[in-house]
Amino acid sequence: MTASAVSPVLEERLATLQQQRGGSLASGDIVAVVESILATMDGDLSQTNLKLYAELESLARYITEAKSEIASLRPDEIRSQHLPTATDELEAIVGATEQATNGILSAMEVLEGLTGEMSPELGEKITEAVTQVYEACNFQDITGQRITKVVKALQHIEQKVDGLLAIFGADVAASRSVDADTASETAEEKDKKLLNGPQLPDAASSQDEIDKLMADFN
Amino acid sequence: MAVDMNMPILIVDDYKTMLRIIRNLLKQLGFNNVDEATDGSQALHKLRDKSYGLVISDWNMEPMTGIQLLREVRADAKLKDMPFIMITAESKTENVVAAKAAGVSNYIVKPFNAATLKTKLTSIIGNF
Repeated sequence: MTASAVSPVLEERLATLQQQRGGSLASGDIVAVVESILATMDGDLSQTNLKLYAELESLARYITEAKSEIASLRPDEIRSQHLPTATDELEAIVGATEQATNGILSAMEVLEGLTGEMSPELGEKITEAVTQVYEACNFQDITGQRITKVVKALQHIEQKVDGLLAIFGADVAASRSVDADTASETAEEKDKKLLNGPQLPDAASSQDEIDKLMADFN
Repeated sequence: MAVDMNMPILIVDDYKTMLRIIRNLLKQLGFNNVDEATDGSQALHKLRDKSYGLVISDWNMEPMTGIQLLREVRADAKLKDMPFIMITAESKTENVVAAKAAGVSNYIVKPFNAATLKTKLTSIIGNF
């Protein structure tokens, strides 16, 4: 086999293998294909062939090293320990802020209940302050929704780690495809895309902007 | 026409603290007849069981979201004219457009304050 014939053959072999593997290729598969093609090359190697051989050998070595480096990251530990711990910690934050907010609200409700026993001026001032506390307690809902977004991001990373583990032969189910087929999107799927949650301050629309938008419809 | 301060209001949110905050703010505004639901499907049951004057709903809830609840309300012959305010952290233009297309009466973005709530209520039910 000559160097000029190698590229189409390599592409064809990789495409066939990828089809057989259901769309994804493990690094071991690529190494095996490269090595099998190299084995078929005859002894009459030109300078170009030798250069190609060296490139392929370098590629095979690079893949082996990458495989070793990724394995040393212990993706199995990330999957089984670190990600679940992070998720638990975040859920604990939601629980703690909810408990604290309820405590604050209870105290404010008691205070508000006492305004009837105060002079009208003082009662009004206390009510105003209590209202500000109620408004400030909005944070708990926003915090909870932001943390939910982070938990979903962690779940996405978990899926990717699953994929890595599958490629490197760990005892994990094959990675799942997360790309939705937009052409066959159901109404429910379209609605899910609207669940963006709280936006970061720079990206969020203000109440004034939303009012303007609502007015534009009228 | 004077606003009926005793009209039943249904507030819908999956965060209990948020229900409590909205209830307290409504109480300060003079509305004491407030009922609660924690998702769209529970709210829909309540709306079909009892007569309410207004719905104030969050968007992001499970299993039934606020936008789904809104569509159910607008599709129901008995409920279709119910004033419906969305109070949500969903502040993207596409969300407001989708809510308006579904027939929302007004839209409040979280975090919100008591003054905004009063303004939006007034725009729907009149001065109180």
